[in-house]
Amino acid sequence: MAEAARRPLVEVRGLRMYFPITAGLFRRKVGDVKAVDDVSLDIFEGETLGLVGESGCGKSTCGRAILRLYDITAGSIRLDGVEIGHLGQAELRRLRPRMQMVFQDPQASLNPRMTLAGIIGEPLVEHARMTPAGRLERIYALMDAVGLNRAFANRYPHEFSGGQRQRIGIARALALNPGFIVCDEPIAALDVSIQAQVVNLLEELQARFGLTYLFISHDLSMVRHIATRVAVMYLGGIVEIADRDMLYSAPLHPYTQALLSAVPEPDPEGESRRRRIILVGDVPSPARPPAGCRFSTRCPRVMDICRRQAPELLPAAAGGMVACHLHTLQDQPTAGRTGGPRAAPREPSGQIQQGELR
Amino acid sequence: MPDGAAPVLAVSGLKTVFRTRGGEIHAVNDVGFRLRPGELLGVVGESGSGKSVTMMSLLGLLPSPPAEVRAGVVLFDGRDLLKLAPEELRGVRGGGIGFIFQDPMTSLNPVFTVGFQIMEPLRRHMGLDRRRAAARAAELLDLVGIPDARARLADFPHQFSGGMRQRVMIAIALACDPRVLIADEPTTALDVTIQAQILELVRDLRRKLGMAIIWITHDLGVIAGIADRVMVMYAGQVVEEAPVAAVFANPRHPYTRALLETIPHVRGQRAPRLKVIEGQPPILLAAPAACPFRARCAHAMPRCAAENPALRAAGTGHAVACHWDAPAGREARHG
Repeated sequence: MAEAARRPLVEVRGLRMYFPITAGLFRRKVGDVKAVDDVSLDIFEGETLGLVGESGCGKSTCGRAILRLYDITAGSIRLDGVEIGHLGQAELRRLRPRMQMVFQDPQASLNPRMTLAGIIGEPLVEHARMTPAGRLERIYALMDAVGLNRAFANRYPHEFSGGQRQRIGIARALALNPGFIVCDEPIAALDVSIQAQVVNLLEELQARFGLTYLFISHDLSMVRHIATRVAVMYLGGIVEIADRDMLYSAPLHPYTQALLSAVPEPDPEGESRRRRIILVGDVPSPARPPAGCRFSTRCPRVMDICRRQAPELLPAAAGGMVACHLHTLQDQPTAGRTGGPRAAPREPSGQIQQGELR
Repeated sequence: MPDGAAPVLAVSGLKTVFRTRGGEIHAVNDVGFRLRPGELLGVVGESGSGKSVTMMSLLGLLPSPPAEVRAGVVLFDGRDLLKLAPEELRGVRGGGIGFIFQDPMTSLNPVFTVGFQIMEPLRRHMGLDRRRAAARAAELLDLVGIPDARARLADFPHQFSGGMRQRVMIAIALACDPRVLIADEPTTALDVTIQAQILELVRDLRRKLGMAIIWITHDLGVIAGIADRVMVMYAGQVVEEAPVAAVFANPRHPYTRALLETIPHVRGQRAPRLKVIEGQPPILLAAPAACPFRARCAHAMPRCAAENPALRAAGTGHAVACHWDAPAGREARHG
């Protein structure tokens, strides 16, 4: 996207979202599920930031917390310079038109008893003063924008296919002209042949209305397609964040490397030759994260320090940011993103795969 | 279709219909295939393409009503499975043919230990006593890579993670040394790093045990890495069947070609824009008299509306159900 406008629209600092674990008759609090634990990121105007990770890593919670669908545990969220991290519901409500969400499951996120016009028009009823005629005009315009036939305005969600329902969800998110949209796994429930339709639509709308997206997904190939920058999450924290091409061609964090290596490609010849990094074990519970680095229990390149000290997310010499002692131990990269004199070159991903183990 | 070794499983003319209030849904229309000993047949298609229903029809796993297997012959072990009595079919299900379902969370019984669930087929189908069944169950858990197998027999499903539960499901399916294993989207509910573990396990088990596998998936990447032969399904019928290399290098059906074009990649060139297959799969209220893909097909011609193409040979071991003669190779790759 546009390199010129690098103005952060959303600035997240030290975001924490803990859910209490209670036990016993009196629901005494016995611990926390640290779903999001100290996440800081910027989302620049007009870009698509991909947020990837496996299920349970906290990526959806992170997206919802940024939109303040939760009362966050700690941290700061600024939308267009305005601090929204600890605003009350009434003040948040005034800001809702500027930030919207597209949900994963278009079946569950659309009211089955409302017509399509009712669903798309609801944000307008809630937040905009419009005459009924003006509202209908706007509904039609939104339906045109997402490729839904105007004749469907009085039909109900169950009459539509998954892809069309997702278009309804997108039209509703667009109704109030938001600048920022969190897309939470918007294509995960759709068939392969329909996914491309929805992703192309999201791209078209972004170009047309100047939207900024946080695109949450576990589908690494689709994120590579749509995102301009990508953040990789593991067990509640961001382990790496970098420009798309950099992240996919030369991932720095061992987890990013393993994740990319695990994606099977539709190419039988390449698949038979490719060496994969097979991680051992499962993701630890976010209620009891390991000491030190979150990834230390599964990391093929774990060192002693990793089990004692959690690495910070720091600018990597070759660009982007990474939270890994491998990249921040020797050369404290004060040099910044552009790469300094001690900049180690990003290794091509093929060379790092010596750590193949099962 | 090519002949080689005698197939372990031969299906022909399978038709399955669902009776609904809105009318009959013709979910599977005249599907036939052969599974050779030791091979892995990948079955690819989108939801509603009939891939799962086909496999469940073979073993009488569909609730009836609403499902009804109308026609077909399913030869396994010299018997037509569709003609077996329920009791005999149950013997086949646990013994000769193992089944792995998509969701390991819901297909294990939460109130029984994992050990009990693995031992159940062993005692029922192989007549092992409790001690020998327990020993075999521990062996099986060990085989599918669960550490500390003997101790874990006493654990309940919720004490296992998603990937581990799928390993347990595989152990159950393997319990009675099946000659055929049918896996219905076994890695779809799993994360990619866990999927990679399971794929590696299956490669390993094939080397060790050599059973034939039918692997149902919508993920062409998974198929590319694991299958020997691929069957592409669309709207309840087989539209293409070929050795795995041929499907990816030289797809002949416009649907297969379009599907390969529409998926983005994590490696290699990045396309600036995704190619789209316009429209949606048809609702099969009647057995299609015309090509079911024609409304979405870039190569549709008048004949496609008049006649549903039958599978025809298109190269060695390659069959396609299409009136159009596809040129060799893939559509021009963009980007």
